[in-house]
Amino acid sequence: MADDHILTTDGLTKEFAGFVAVRNVALRVRRHSIHALIGPNGAGKTTCFNLLTKFLRPTRGRILYNGRDITAERSADIARLGMVRSFQISAVFPHLTLLENVRIALQRTLGTSFHFWRSERSLDALNARAEELLDSVGLAQYRDLAAVELPYGRKRALEIATTLALDPEMMLLDEPMAGMGHEDIDKISELIRKVAARRTVLMVEHNLSVVAKLSDIITVMRRGEILAEGTYDTVSRNPEVIEAYMGTGHG
Amino acid sequence: MTWNRDMLAFLAFLALAIAAPAAVYPVFLMKVLCFALFACAFNLLVGYVGLLSFGHAMFFGGAAYISGHVVKVWGWPTELGILAGTACAALLGLVTGAIAIRRQGIYFAMVTLALAQMVFFFCLQANFTGGEDGIQAIPRRPLLGLLDIKNDLTFYYVVLAVFCAGFLVIYRTIHSPFGQVLKAIRENEPRAVSLGYRVDQYKLLAFVLSAALAGTAGATKAIVFQLASLTDVQWQMSGEVVLMTLVGGMGTVFGPIVGAGVIITMQNYLAGFGEWVLVIQGLIFVVVVLAFRRGVVGELMAWWRRRAGG
Ligand SMILES: Nc1ncnc2c1ncn2[C@@H]1O[C@H](COP(=O)(O)OP(=O)(O)O)[C@@H](O)[C@H]1O
Ligand SMILES: [Mg+2]
Repeated sequence: MADDHILTTDGLTKEFAGFVAVRNVALRVRRHSIHALIGPNGAGKTTCFNLLTKFLRPTRGRILYNGRDITAERSADIARLGMVRSFQISAVFPHLTLLENVRIALQRTLGTSFHFWRSERSLDALNARAEELLDSVGLAQYRDLAAVELPYGRKRALEIATTLALDPEMMLLDEPMAGMGHEDIDKISELIRKVAARRTVLMVEHNLSVVAKLSDIITVMRRGEILAEGTYDTVSRNPEVIEAYMGTGHG
Repeated sequence: MTWNRDMLAFLAFLALAIAAPAAVYPVFLMKVLCFALFACAFNLLVGYVGLLSFGHAMFFGGAAYISGHVVKVWGWPTELGILAGTACAALLGLVTGAIAIRRQGIYFAMVTLALAQMVFFFCLQANFTGGEDGIQAIPRRPLLGLLDIKNDLTFYYVVLAVFCAGFLVIYRTIHSPFGQVLKAIRENEPRAVSLGYRVDQYKLLAFVLSAALAGTAGATKAIVFQLASLTDVQWQMSGEVVLMTLVGGMGTVFGPIVGAGVIITMQNYLAGFGEWVLVIQGLIFVVVVLAFRRGVVGELMAWWRRRAGG
């Protein structure tokens, strides 16, 4: 199906005490695409993510995921439906080891997460898979380090590994490359491209060369509204988009 | 590795506890053990989930009344009395927890305090609690119909066994798949949610476990002193368990035991000073908060790590 959308929103709106952070957003995310959400700071991108994953309740509008209305679902259940997000501020479990970080995500599948009488050593069965995931983001050799000890860029990589552990159908990545060095950016770009073969990725990213290289389609937001949408080439030639970026001095 | 270190510490504690009656009155030791279990149960919630309850007296005192009543009035055997107290505390924990866990931080503390005050007034008004007198002269029936626990020394070893059972339940909980999720929730709740954990359910189970074991402690205490009274349910009791846990070391496995030992010993020796005990406790609280944030055990462990690291 050419028109197979995994995620659509209609009239999605969020007001904070009268201030409209997201206004009438109609997103169409195609299955198995890498879809970028860009725009100057304060455009409402993170708020959109919070609405999609139910960390915020929309003031108005509807969200459909796989054709199912998820507007009233709870955050944890969104993840169970296969849509998993990362956060703009790196979200790791700081005093757990890298291995434990990834294992937390794998653990729910065992169905023993409420078993307070069982030894935690029963979780060792997940170690091999967790190590594989750490390896995929180049962190295997740090498995026993506490996450707090990682430099920022590596924390983002750990976050991606943890997200991948859930084998999500759709990943929402909020500025996954922020704070990363060149080398890490290339590595994570490659990883995102690889995992997107069987998944859908919606990502907020400021690094436009990454966006250009990775994304199939780009939605540009400004002041809570969708300003333009299309491939990188069409969007980057749009005078309004150029103005929006120049206007705020953002590159 | 941690396992072994904790294991050794526990064995050392056990050896000390077994030998202790040679030097210290068993009744005093039983009191320490009951409060140590109470503090350990409280610590499960504050130290491992990050929820500061200011109403744990309702579980401790509530269970004391229940076990006192069923043993004295209904003639139930001791072991069933303690179990009944535990079960009722768990049930109360389920109801109050369902109300409280949706709140965060100070609001959680305030809701638990408010609920505990309601339980206090219920206990003050209800007939079976005996009002200002409490339930007195609770009999110490032979345990399992065999073991004579009127003898303080014998009963002490029973209480030690109860404590160890409760402690091991808590220890296992911390080191279980469930405990791993609790740690994740404490470390980064939104992330745990985004990984699909319905965190309220985990918090509620932790709350119920904590309430149940606080109940075990209160029920046992009622049999030890043959008394259940308003002292056990009033808010000062909730404050005392906070103090014990802070002094010993929040979020450390053995901290609450040390904290309970310190506070109970202090209360005992300072009993002659009357109201001044409260002032001195307040001072200790201030000193701990300002200078020994990690508590006795927490500071010791930090010192040990520095020494090993440097
Ligand atoms: N919880 C909130 N309360 C009030 N205003 C908010 C809140 N969250 C975001 N905003 C506002 O909404 C606007 C959009 O923010 P955000 O979605 O974070 O932008 P972006 O991620 O595109 O930089 C900003 O002006 C921000 O100040
Ligand atoms: Mg943002």
